[in-house]
Amino acid sequence: MILTLVLLPLLAGLAAFFLRHDGARRALLLLTAMGHSCLTALAWVQRPPAALDDWLLLDAPGLLFLSVTSGLFLMISIYALGYLRREDWGRREDFEEGFLFTNAREPSFTGCLLIFLGMMTLVTVSQHFGLLWVAVEATTLASAPLIYFHRHSRSLEATWKYIMICSVGIALALLGNFFLAVASTLGEREHVPLLLASLVGRAQSLHVLWFKAAFIFLLVGYGTKMGLAPMHTWLPDAHSESPSLVSALLSGALLNCAFLAIFRVQQVAVAAGEGQFGRDLLLGFGLLSMAVAAAFIVRQANFKRLLAYSSVEHMGILSLAMGLGGKADFGAMLHLVNHSLTKGMLFLVAGNILSFYRSKSTADVQGVTRMLPISGVLWVAGFFAITGSPPFGTFMSELVILKSALDQGRTVVAVAYLAILCVVFVGMGAIVLRMAQGMPRESAENSSGLREGAARLALSPWPGGESGLSFFPPMLLGAAALLLGLYVPPPLWRILGEAAQAVGVQ
Amino acid sequence: MALWLDTLVVLIILTNLKLLGSSRLRACIQVVAFQGILLSLVPMLAGAGHLTPRIVALALLTMTVKGVIFPWLLLRVLRTANVHREMEPFVSYTTSILVGVGLLAASVWMGRQLPLPVPSQSPLVVPLALFNTMVGLFVLVSRRKALTQVLGYLVMENGIYAFGLAFALEEPLLVELGTLLDVFMAVFIMGIMIFHINRELDHIDTDRLSVLKD
Repeated sequence: MILTLVLLPLLAGLAAFFLRHDGARRALLLLTAMGHSCLTALAWVQRPPAALDDWLLLDAPGLLFLSVTSGLFLMISIYALGYLRREDWGRREDFEEGFLFTNAREPSFTGCLLIFLGMMTLVTVSQHFGLLWVAVEATTLASAPLIYFHRHSRSLEATWKYIMICSVGIALALLGNFFLAVASTLGEREHVPLLLASLVGRAQSLHVLWFKAAFIFLLVGYGTKMGLAPMHTWLPDAHSESPSLVSALLSGALLNCAFLAIFRVQQVAVAAGEGQFGRDLLLGFGLLSMAVAAAFIVRQANFKRLLAYSSVEHMGILSLAMGLGGKADFGAMLHLVNHSLTKGMLFLVAGNILSFYRSKSTADVQGVTRMLPISGVLWVAGFFAITGSPPFGTFMSELVILKSALDQGRTVVAVAYLAILCVVFVGMGAIVLRMAQGMPRESAENSSGLREGAARLALSPWPGGESGLSFFPPMLLGAAALLLGLYVPPPLWRILGEAAQAVGVQ
Repeated sequence: MALWLDTLVVLIILTNLKLLGSSRLRACIQVVAFQGILLSLVPMLAGAGHLTPRIVALALLTMTVKGVIFPWLLLRVLRTANVHREMEPFVSYTTSILVGVGLLAASVWMGRQLPLPVPSQSPLVVPLALFNTMVGLFVLVSRRKALTQVLGYLVMENGIYAFGLAFALEEPLLVELGTLLDVFMAVFIMGIMIFHINRELDHIDTDRLSVLKD
């Protein structure tokens, strides 16, 4: 069952490379996403047995991360149907710099998308640190071609930075893995195997100094992938240049996968009695990421980069919450779900705005609620959701984290956390609301785009002429984010608690 | 055995210094390929004479990937890009070698701070891993050409791999193969990216990839 979960998207991905018929390939994408979600849902009913000598196992954190990934991917594959249909596959003009470019071929795009899902699934079910590393690196490799979908110099630059920075970061994590192997040496030729369960079980016999070195390398390595400052520099470039549905996947699923890797290491640290060492580091990286992100959000002139920096901020919140520990661990788990839903929604809506206005500049885009009534409302709602306003789920999770900081008497952390959240709220609010209101500006550059967009949209039956495939997925994601703010279903509550328990003080 | 291992480690260290002092890209690729071949011999010697089929197979595979496939791929990229020298690196070659010697001293010192819990075949393997990692990172930040940066990544990975080969001998084969496959795919994709960069922009200077910023 676990093997099926991993192999289904992998095999479908390979098949997609060779399927010539566009309709069949798109159907394959959707069917695979649905199959994957169904299998994931089955795992909620009955936890599948371990596979491959306990190397693959779905524990509570794994199931949580897997469900987020699978659900988001399903929404994105629905969105992709509309996206792939309306993409212009010939040579066309870039709207920022005016040169001509083409897209990558659709089969390789769909294929990489599915393989990417398979690798992220492998990350969530891996119990062996070596295999986990292999899977995380493979997600980088599978997603690089996705970022280079629009074949022009900017996306090329973004892809180059992405693959270099992440590969180097992940290489450091590999060194961390080997340090962990040294730390788990018992005698002349005897090792504790690098399986999570055995490391946690025999954590007391780990060599402390080597374990600490391993922790630092693993944190920095996987932290690069997760987008923690100061290793986050690839993130805004990759998110702004890739197609919006890929950005949504990177932000809502890939960053989580890297976070899960750090989470696993912290599990071992807690068991080894070094939990506080790990928490202090996580807290520092978390606060720094939040602060750096806030500084770039306030003066951001590109709305996709704005969302990317918001991801850095939220990864910072997750790291900070893990750093606080206690009740905040639960907050981190809840926040992770909320962030993925909300950010997925925002990136998809950003894609709708981008395809209508043909500009990523926050100054050029005005009057979104007037031109695109549904996307416009979703855009504003998404802003409130991502900044943690009630009644959205993020409000709850951010509140849990704040309360935990205050309960622990860490006033300085709590004040800094609140201050940064306020700065982000004001900074993002000014930009997003300005985009939503007013009338679109007819400048020489964007007028043809606007007219073309309006003509295309007039053919659709929905208000404002939007296409259903482009707004239903983000709407559903937004609805889920709203629901989590009002009511967390008991099974989810249980899994969140179980996951938080894994890094709880023993 | 220990003597042979030490010799191997010293040779790998020398290849790093050679890399830091070379401006010709072809020579750089060959040096890194040679380093890869030396590296593949490490598990044979570190295993204290136990030559199991598994170790031999792993060594041969490593040798093929790092000593044959990578240089072939990178030389091909070099030909299409039609670039021969690393012109005006951010840090000059003489300074680079001096930095290299400094890094070597630093890694020996750091290696002493981390005493191994088990007696090892060679006391130089931990410093070697750290040295290669630091040289790789240094090459990554001090050179302009995309190709040299890939070499920096490879050197860094070589060092980490050497550490793994020498100590994590009990690592399951699946993980070793997965790691090798990932590195192979990474270099392969980087090679393709350089090819595209060259076709799109007519250069492979990474410092000129600077359109995206805040």
